[in-house]
Amino acid sequence: MSVTVRVPTILRPLTAGAAEVAVDGATLGEVISALDAQHPGTAGRVLDEGGRLRRFVNVYVGEEDVRFAAGLATPTPDGVLVSIIPAVAGG
Amino acid sequence: MTSVLDPAVPTAPTCPSFGPAAELACRECGSRYPLTPQHVCVECFGPLEIRYDDDALRRVTRESIAAGPQTLWRYAGLLPLPDAVEHRVDLGAGRTRLVRADNLARELGMRRLWVKDDRANPTHSFKDRVVTIAASAALAFGFDTLACASTGNLANAVAAAGARSGLRSVVLVPRDLEPAKILASAIYGGTLIAVDGSYDDVNRLCAEIAGELPWAFVNVNVRPFYAEGSKTLGYEVAEELGWRLPHAVVVPVASGSLLTKVDKAFTELGRLGLVEPAPYRVFGAQATGCSPVATAYKAGADVVAPVRPATIARSLAIGNPADGPYALDAVRRTGGGVEDVSDEEIVDGIRLLARTEGIFAETAGGVTVATLRKLLAAGTLDPDGETVVFNTGDGLKTLDAVAGRIGPTATIAPSLAAFRAAGLG
Repeated sequence: MSVTVRVPTILRPLTAGAAEVAVDGATLGEVISALDAQHPGTAGRVLDEGGRLRRFVNVYVGEEDVRFAAGLATPTPDGVLVSIIPAVAGG
Repeated sequence: MTSVLDPAVPTAPTCPSFGPAAELACRECGSRYPLTPQHVCVECFGPLEIRYDDDALRRVTRESIAAGPQTLWRYAGLLPLPDAVEHRVDLGAGRTRLVRADNLARELGMRRLWVKDDRANPTHSFKDRVVTIAASAALAFGFDTLACASTGNLANAVAAAGARSGLRSVVLVPRDLEPAKILASAIYGGTLIAVDGSYDDVNRLCAEIAGELPWAFVNVNVRPFYAEGSKTLGYEVAEELGWRLPHAVVVPVASGSLLTKVDKAFTELGRLGLVEPAPYRVFGAQATGCSPVATAYKAGADVVAPVRPATIARSLAIGNPADGPYALDAVRRTGGGVEDVSDEEIVDGIRLLARTEGIFAETAGGVTVATLRKLLAAGTLDPDGETVVFNTGDGLKTLDAVAGRIGPTATIAPSLAAFRAAGLG
């Protein structure tokens, strides 16, 4: 499954400045592994030492926040956009 | 510990000084950064927070504060405000009333209760406090656009600050906000974008825009500066109580930032010797229809699971509260708690505060008063202690919450006979 990962500004030094990266993966976990294989170091920024999504990272598969879906096991259909976005506060 | 400045993050050309502020530090991993418009740690995505030069903070005295203006600028020595006076955007925010609420206390069976009433700010909510700091930082960094994602009150404050400071304002809000909040943003003439989605959708969009455009998003890239403005609510409570801390505070929780900053203010004042350090308890108040922090608190969790909000308290309708984990830390450390109340209880809370103290709060204030009542009923909050509750906004902005529930006592013909017939006198 080929998907596009939208890379946040703070990770772009690891992707040679690329804002979007195409990778293969059937689940979010596979997508992050594939992203890390292409751009080493990215997985370590997004996942904690236990391999879980860091608590201040929001990841969307399409429009769905993966914490409302299956987390790293969330399926990533062919052609979907995966967005990695820092959590921000509001008001 | 590392010190990293990410060259890819949009920054402005200048590198200004901000009073006692020394650097940015990650609340998660401790990485440190220079004072730049950046809110996220490059190492771990954790939120960045201002760290101060302790020697600079210690130069502030009760006397130096008392000699300052009757606005939050009297606390400038404790805030990340630009050294350059021409960059300071004075909105006239702060120094709002701390109201001794004896009538409400009597009704609730309490001995000493105050309401910190932030309706008197220029755009009628506490958001003018944070926007003053954010707009000043934006000017100091050389930005020409001040932007935000908002549930309404912040939109009002940013649009007004734009008008006053000469910064272009761009505010993004959920399309279904209360009409008063939409109009009270649009009136200032900036750019107002209604987004077909929830606040969390708007927030996500702004996080993405902030990565692409060189704008100062008050609650994104200049958030470390912005958030410190909420400390002034804590400073004012302590000063107005005669330089001492209350035993308990009840604070509305949306992102969780306000609660953590009131706690930070009380801790700072004690550490700096401006008050006698004394224990205090911090309680958080949420609407049941958007209660991710209360749910995590009650479950004993330190991770806040996001929710999809469904409550009349739209200014608190943040389903994915970024400061939720830190709000939990603060309430647990101080022996407080987090409680949530239904929409029905929120309306009752608004009416109770209005009926007993003559204060017409917006829905967030109703949440706080209703939570106070619930905490007392559960025996969680000591009725004999000194308690301060925060009303962060004006009921005139959320009239729909009470519409249809209240109205004229009687509608009569303009005659004495009709007046008497209605049993009015």
